Amino acid sequence: MNELTSLTNLWSSNTAVSSLIWLAILITLLYLGRLQAHQVISSSFRMLHTSLRLWASSISQLINRLKQRNKEVLLAAGEAEVQTKIEREFNRISTIVQRDLSQYPAIHREIKSAIETIESDYQNCAETAPLPPAWGDVVATITALPSNGDPSVNKILENIKQSIDDAQAQSLSAYQKAGSNRHKALAKMQPDFRKLDDKMDVVKGKVDSLEERGQLIDQQMEEYLNIRAGEDKAASILATSSLTQFFIAGLVLTIAALGGLINFQLIAMPMSEMVGGTSYIGSVKTSDIAALVIILIEIAMGVFLLESLRITHLFPMIGSMDDKMRRRMMMISFSILFILAGIEASLAYMRDLLALDHEALQHALMSSNTDSNVNSNQVAGSSAEFRWIPSVGQMIMGFILPFALAFIAIPLESFIHALRTVLGLFAIALLRTLHLALRSSASLVTQVSKIIISFYDLIIMVPLSMESGFKKMSLKKANKNETSHLISETNQID
Amino acid sequence: MKTISKTIIKTILSTALIGSVLISSASLTGCGEQKPASKSVYLLLDTSGTYTQELAKAQSIMNYLLATLDSGDSIAIARIDSGSFNEKDIIAKTTFDSRPSTTNNQKRVFKQKVDTFVDNLEKGSFRTDITGGILQAADFVNETQAGEKYVLIFSDLEEELQKGHIRDFPIDMQGIQVVALNVTKLRSDNVDPREFKNRLNHWQERVENGGGNWRVVNDLERLDRMFVQN
Repeated sequence: MNELTSLTNLWSSNTAVSSLIWLAILITLLYLGRLQAHQVISSSFRMLHTSLRLWASSISQLINRLKQRNKEVLLAAGEAEVQTKIEREFNRISTIVQRDLSQYPAIHREIKSAIETIESDYQNCAETAPLPPAWGDVVATITALPSNGDPSVNKILENIKQSIDDAQAQSLSAYQKAGSNRHKALAKMQPDFRKLDDKMDVVKGKVDSLEERGQLIDQQMEEYLNIRAGEDKAASILATSSLTQFFIAGLVLTIAALGGLINFQLIAMPMSEMVGGTSYIGSVKTSDIAALVIILIEIAMGVFLLESLRITHLFPMIGSMDDKMRRRMMMISFSILFILAGIEASLAYMRDLLALDHEALQHALMSSNTDSNVNSNQVAGSSAEFRWIPSVGQMIMGFILPFALAFIAIPLESFIHALRTVLGLFAIALLRTLHLALRSSASLVTQVSKIIISFYDLIIMVPLSMESGFKKMSLKKANKNETSHLISETNQID
Repeated sequence: MKTISKTIIKTILSTALIGSVLISSASLTGCGEQKPASKSVYLLLDTSGTYTQELAKAQSIMNYLLATLDSGDSIAIARIDSGSFNEKDIIAKTTFDSRPSTTNNQKRVFKQKVDTFVDNLEKGSFRTDITGGILQAADFVNETQAGEKYVLIFSDLEEELQKGHIRDFPIDMQGIQVVALNVTKLRSDNVDPREFKNRLNHWQERVENGGGNWRVVNDLERLDRMFVQN
């Protein structure tokens, strides 16, 4: 401290005067080193600016690579999904063709048979009734001749007339019969027409179904081609779909986690009856860990069960197993799940018993006189008839929850698939923020360097002003000299 | 190669997710909390003279203790009589089993024993050997190796020793919480209230000099103050 004071008062015993001298020296030094100082400041900040820009540029490249990678991941996932969909559609078409169109020859035969029947019936309808014999007109002319009262002629003519009448009656009868037959044939044609119509409807339905499937395949093929072409639109659609999947799966997983928590609460207390309530692993009760392990094993069994059913595809090894092995695995995981559900149901029942016992003890400890005991017994007695309801409820919950938790594999798979995309998007957002921050910092650094240089000049403004003044004066002097020189030259010329 | 990397990523993500579920579940079950220390409680009941009338209150204290203590904790109740440094003065003692159902049964048996003692107590002891009782209590709670050790003294804290009994020596109460409960005022305290204060200060000094912690809880409605909130 003394050294500092002595240094301050080096030039004069008066601190102010000495300080002023120091200031003057400092300003002079700063003025003399102005150019170098400016260079140092500029180059340092330029270096910082350049490195920041370099970082920003690297991050920009990283963003592009990440975007590309995300797009590839999305397109690959989308391609696989659409492929599966198209395969499924083709399988459906194959099923339709095998199931429905394999019967087409039979339908065709039936249709043909119906058409033949109709044709035959139609031809039958076309047959006309037999005409009266051709000699009828001749006989009619003869019978129209005058008999002239000859009885034999009359008789002959009457016989002839009778014959003609009979022949006409027979013709009429035949005609009526033929008409009736035609009507019958036409009436018979009606069910054949209906049958034909039905068969045609069946054929139409099947063909329409195939057409619908075909249209769906067309749409999916278009989507598939877009994905294959790597179009941004397809990637954008897939990203949106992935985000939706992420949130939906996340929501379902949250619900499942809450279910797991309830399940945990259901079995944690009775677990202490099995593994003891005083042992700890770290700072967590062993009974709690045991309960948690049971729940996690249930989830694992659920995952294996759904994997072996080929509903989820988290473990490709299980999916690629042969059917016999897969069925075995399915049976084993289901059996373990069933046994664990049974254990949980019994634990839930035990929890209820323990809670009752604890409640009774607490009541006994809290009640200080006999009257209150009597009252409490009465209360307990009145509610005892309904005590079985929560017991049964807890048991059912204990049995059902493991199976409900088993289905966690489905949202888990969706979540994992979507997580890759979401993490990619998140990383891009993070990198973009960093990129922006670096670019802003680079600009800021440039501005700061300018401010520092200006501030430097502000400190040495007195010598700078003097320099400027001298420069102006010398310039003015030079101008004046030049002007006078020019005037003298002009005068000489004149 | 692509399939392998895909499988690896899938496996890592699955593991991470299941791990996070495990961690969150563990934290839900109290991973962030410290392992609770087991308790050991020794309740000394003054059975001398007129203080026997207060024993009904002692029963309610015992009930509170039984309701509060859990598996792994220890409890003992002993009487303070003319010579209390004696195992025969222990009315009931137990360390609760790790299984909750057994713990409940132990509590029932314990309560039964103490109730029987209180019901059968006809007359109090002539002398009051509090120091002997405290020494016996300290031995018990230290033996249990519990994380939290409590000696509860249900007494007016007026010590009256038999002739020849030596108790004026420092007592080792290292790590033990001593709680004086229901310290009633004597007739002489009414004449000179300083005597009551002096009596309390004397015991506080003895306990604290022995490395223990001293508290007085006279309001039996607030028994939760007995235990130190960790």
